[in-house]
Amino acid sequence: MSSRSAESVRIEAVSKMYGDFRALDDVSLTVEAGEFVAILGPSGSGKSTLLMAVAGFIRPDRGRIFFGDSDIVRLPANQRGFGVVFQSYALFPHMDVMANVTFPLQVRGVPQDAARRRALAALDVVKLGGYGSRRIGELSGGQRQRVALARAIVFEPKVLLMDEPLSALDKILREEMQIEIRELHNKLQITTLYVTHDQREALTIADRVAVMDKGKIVQLDNPETIYRRPVNEFVARFIGEATILPLAEARAVVSGDLGAVAPSAYALMVRSEDFCLARSGDENGWLAVGGLLRGVVFQGDSWLLQVDLADGQAITARAQKHFSAEVGALEVGQTIDLHVQRDRVHFL
Amino acid sequence: MVALNPPASLSVAQADNGGRLAWDARLERLVSFAFTLPCLAVVALCVLVPCAWLFFLSAFGSDGKASLENYQRILDGASYARIFITTFQVGLATVAACVLIGVPFASFINGLPPRRSVIFLAAVLLPFWTSLLVRAYAWLVLLQRTGIVNSVLMGLGITKAPLELAFNHFATVLGMTHIMLPIFILPVLGAMRNIDSALIRAAASMGASRSYTYRRIFLPLAAPGIAAGAILVFVMSLGFYVTPAILGGGNVNVISMRIARSLSNYSNWGAASALGVLLLVFTALLFALSYGVQRVLLSRQRS
Repeated sequence: MSSRSAESVRIEAVSKMYGDFRALDDVSLTVEAGEFVAILGPSGSGKSTLLMAVAGFIRPDRGRIFFGDSDIVRLPANQRGFGVVFQSYALFPHMDVMANVTFPLQVRGVPQDAARRRALAALDVVKLGGYGSRRIGELSGGQRQRVALARAIVFEPKVLLMDEPLSALDKILREEMQIEIRELHNKLQITTLYVTHDQREALTIADRVAVMDKGKIVQLDNPETIYRRPVNEFVARFIGEATILPLAEARAVVSGDLGAVAPSAYALMVRSEDFCLARSGDENGWLAVGGLLRGVVFQGDSWLLQVDLADGQAITARAQKHFSAEVGALEVGQTIDLHVQRDRVHFL
Repeated sequence: MVALNPPASLSVAQADNGGRLAWDARLERLVSFAFTLPCLAVVALCVLVPCAWLFFLSAFGSDGKASLENYQRILDGASYARIFITTFQVGLATVAACVLIGVPFASFINGLPPRRSVIFLAAVLLPFWTSLLVRAYAWLVLLQRTGIVNSVLMGLGITKAPLELAFNHFATVLGMTHIMLPIFILPVLGAMRNIDSALIRAAASMGASRSYTYRRIFLPLAAPGIAAGAILVFVMSLGFYVTPAILGGGNVNVISMRIARSLSNYSNWGAASALGVLLLVFTALLFALSYGVQRVLLSRQRS
């Protein structure tokens, strides 16, 4: 796998309707050369439609898609030369692993010897050396995933498109593959567009995350900004666990100085794990909210605290496992104060 | 040491329980088997008994004594060999026509959006609702010397004299293909519908053209369905009577016609039964062969 000169993919004002359903609503997105962008959204948000439009399987109603400097929106899929990894893997069941991986090379008329060599190299990259003669039916889900990946990169595409490639794998394997795909990208530097509905996966794997809702990209930022500074309530709730209080209500139940609040802000957001049971360090710069402890749930690495505020709203806080002494002292039904540092509060 | 085994009374209770559970499972299997009884009864009455009767009759000579003279006559007579060859020729030609017409057509239907594919599928299945006899005579109307096809051809000046379109192998195969096409297309379409459309997209993403994808991915995956349809058509073609009788006009002699003649002209049940038995044996062999071929095809693409 030699290094290659990467190209950017630029999506400009692309729209797609299915009957009355607006699958893509004037979407624009640029994936820089060699960048890894994850498209994150719930089902029906249009994320797969967008990927399929870039792959060339769906013709948008309007808009342009650039590969480097050339507009490819009317180019058939088989002339785009993008590697695609499908959710169902889409391996050819009547061929063995080697035939699957050499397929894109055969299409290009690469001589058999060279094709075999390159396929073996690609299988090595995905840690499946020695599996060439296996039938697809003999492989586990994780191995099929790797074959699909090898097949998508073996012809050295300038763009790699992945449509929820890990959603059929179990959790442990999925997290392993996320790291491997990330490493593979670091090595090959292919411009990559990656669709997922798993927020953790998107944050783990991508340079930037595009959050989609109802056919629009609502936020495009690096993972930390997406998590810390969501632009609206949808992003805040879709990614991570958050307590969102309308400002008027927050001023009533939160004790402490909220500080300068932008005039356009309408609510504040606190991540569940940013709530603390006690203040530490500097006493200043903390806010607190009081409520009734309704339940404590042990979840392995943390406890989930369910708290009802004075005005009846239910919020959740998360205490890491090293707070076991503090959590152990709690009793359901008691009043409780949750503390949060001022700079951990984000305004929407 | 503390005993790790549970107390004896407990394990005895478990053993009792196991026996009862096994009985429940057996009962469940029996009940579900009972659902097949009506079907089994029909098969026994309408297939097994007549077949046994056929075997029985074929083993008696014209003098009423047990002998193999019926089979001997078939093996000796050149006319019988010709009849078998004709029957198989017509069957193979029908299969070939069904494959040539049916595979592209099924591919076409498979590629249509659901609502439109229903219309085309209905067009294929519509002839099912007309009788064999009506369809045979309809073809005759088209194909005979003074028929529509010849009138048009001569009217356009393409031919001077009428073409011999009816009363031959061509007309017979045409008529049989018309009848068998739906029976061929259904299993083929079934196999094609089962092909994951992501495979086709995947091939395109790797640079394969439509025709390359069709040849290397689509057709191999549809092959088990095509084989099933072909065998079905061939086996059914061996038993055709009405169509070759009308459209063959006496020039196409197939086994079923010979059987009918043995019965209606000579009332020779022994000879007719022997032919029937041979046809049955050939058919069974073919089914066994096709089963083997199908298994090989399917095992190569099990996923």
